[in-house]
Amino acid sequence: MNAEATIDNPISDSALSRNRMRDTVLHAITRTAAIGVLIMLSGVIITLIHGSLPALDQFGFSFLHTESWNPVKEDFGAAAPIYGTVISSLIAMVIGVPISIGIAIFITELCPKSMKRPIGIAIELLAGIPSIIYGIWGLFVLAPLLQHYVQPALISTFEHVPLMSSLFSGPPYGIGMLTAGLILSIMVLPFITSITRDVFETVPPMLKESAYGLGCTTWEVVRHIVLPYTRVGVVGGIMLGLGRALGETMAVTFVIGNAHRISSSLLAPGTTISATIANEFTEAVGDLYTSSLIALGLILFLITFIVLAAARLMLLRMERRSGA
Amino acid sequence: MRKSVVWLSLVIAGGMVACSDSNPDVSPGEMASAPSSRSAISGAGATFPYPIYAKWADAYKTKTDIGLNYQSIGSGGGIKQIKANTVTFGASDKPLKPEELDEAGLIQFPMVMGGVVPVVHIDGIEGGDLTLDGPTLADIFSGKVGKWNAPEIVALNPDVELPDTAIAIVHRSDGSGTTFNFTYYLSAVNPAWEEEIGADSAVQWPVGIGAKGNEGVANMVTQTNGAIGYVEYAYALQNDMAYTKMKNADGVVVEPNAENFQAAAANADWARAPGYYLILANQPGADSWPMTAATFILVYKEPKDPAALKTALDFFDWAYASGDEMADELHYVPMPDAVVNMVKKTWAESIKDSSGKALWTN
Repeated sequence: MNAEATIDNPISDSALSRNRMRDTVLHAITRTAAIGVLIMLSGVIITLIHGSLPALDQFGFSFLHTESWNPVKEDFGAAAPIYGTVISSLIAMVIGVPISIGIAIFITELCPKSMKRPIGIAIELLAGIPSIIYGIWGLFVLAPLLQHYVQPALISTFEHVPLMSSLFSGPPYGIGMLTAGLILSIMVLPFITSITRDVFETVPPMLKESAYGLGCTTWEVVRHIVLPYTRVGVVGGIMLGLGRALGETMAVTFVIGNAHRISSSLLAPGTTISATIANEFTEAVGDLYTSSLIALGLILFLITFIVLAAARLMLLRMERRSGA
Repeated sequence: MRKSVVWLSLVIAGGMVACSDSNPDVSPGEMASAPSSRSAISGAGATFPYPIYAKWADAYKTKTDIGLNYQSIGSGGGIKQIKANTVTFGASDKPLKPEELDEAGLIQFPMVMGGVVPVVHIDGIEGGDLTLDGPTLADIFSGKVGKWNAPEIVALNPDVELPDTAIAIVHRSDGSGTTFNFTYYLSAVNPAWEEEIGADSAVQWPVGIGAKGNEGVANMVTQTNGAIGYVEYAYALQNDMAYTKMKNADGVVVEPNAENFQAAAANADWARAPGYYLILANQPGADSWPMTAATFILVYKEPKDPAALKTALDFFDWAYASGDEMADELHYVPMPDAVVNMVKKTWAESIKDSSGKALWTN
């Protein structure tokens, strides 16, 4: 600006100051927005901690590992919902991740051009379906199917196989941990697929062509070129899916069976943190009950935080290793 | 152009604030279906009486052009909303204890009655074939009786061929006044149940799966062979479900129907229940259905908006006087006249506006 002033050019000077003004305003607005997120997040954390203090005071550390959830006697523990949250998300990941990555590989590497768009759009539509619809579909369509065909078959197949028999035991209710995991796996599919597909597209064609030139099969190209090149993005996509699975409420509430019990059987009903909160918050009377539900919310927050932190750490390590 | 859009949205927003007076916490589905009117009564709470309140509201609106905005968010939600003073009245299937009413400055009164019925799905067994009594029902729901051909059930049903099927328990997953009335009855008749589980709108169920809402329970029971659950009578009828008969406090086997709910209500001693704190479970009388339940309305003794409460009381008065036939149609039981007169006396004595003048005069 000084340089402009010395050559005495008033027009460009005013234009410059106007531009500077705009920059300052933009800077202020965007910074406020960014800081706003931090404030909001700390607000959430503070509210959660404040709200859960009565329960944590009362039950202490045992809140985390007690299975009891008894509104009548006001004795609460989070073990069953924590277990349900983790296990249902795990099932979702075990089923969802291979399928999602498979779809992404097909779309980017093998799919004829004419099918690319329809499949891509179908995947994105899956992401657009509200979770309540998944819940109702799970309850009225998927659960009866599982109850009449899949679960009896699972039970009779694994009846005499040790370990597996306890995993698939009990009456076939149709709803339960397995059903919830299945629904969740469908719900996380579009998230993981579209991110994986997008990062697969970023692999430079030359790398792949070189590999094909050396006589690699498609699988070898995917295994040794595409996946290593994109693993950071793929892990990111998986984590986004996992985040959704951990927090999903409505669909799970419909199909998980809502029982505060830890059961070795995947067919048995269970509950998750978010399903418990959704089910019981409106009817929770008394400070301790409400506070215990908020404490559950805090725990879910922490679990999500730990998962994200672990993902970051993993990515960091990967980058370091590939850098070295 | 842009200006008119702003004005339009302002008008709409203003209109929404003026007529709904609703809380953003409540489920949007209910709000969308709620009638909106220039002057609407706002209430929230129990899901069990929602069908009859909706029917009454519709008839009342035709007659007076005053609508009812009722959000069926559950009894606990109703209690919370009225305590937060976001609605003119709260509705609950679980009456508040007199101390709790005094503390919050509220009064409650029974509005209408209905019954909770056990519903079963056992292949080959029709509705009404099966008879249970309270202690056995409690043992079934606590998992102590696990098969349909257990000796306890066979003893009650010597003429019924019971299969060797595992009993699948279905209970409510959401907190519910229906659950409160059901578990209250089980506690009253089975000491072990009272000791281990107790009565509340949500309890620690030892076995079984939780389904959301009356319709969720009805659906799960219909789908599962060997299942037993409990729903409001109206749901059992609407879904054409197999119910069980019950042996009542006098040892008589009764069917669930409106006459037997009425009989239980007639035997209840409302006059000697302070604050109308009375639960109709396990009432004496040869015809009494043991799981009869009343649903309650909660209002402030000194409302912030006396005019709104007066409008609401007018509606309740009209419902007591002219709503009986509609209640019958939906299988609810109207309150007996003696109780209605007591309630109106309570209104006249307890509800005051800010100047201390009685809001209701008979």
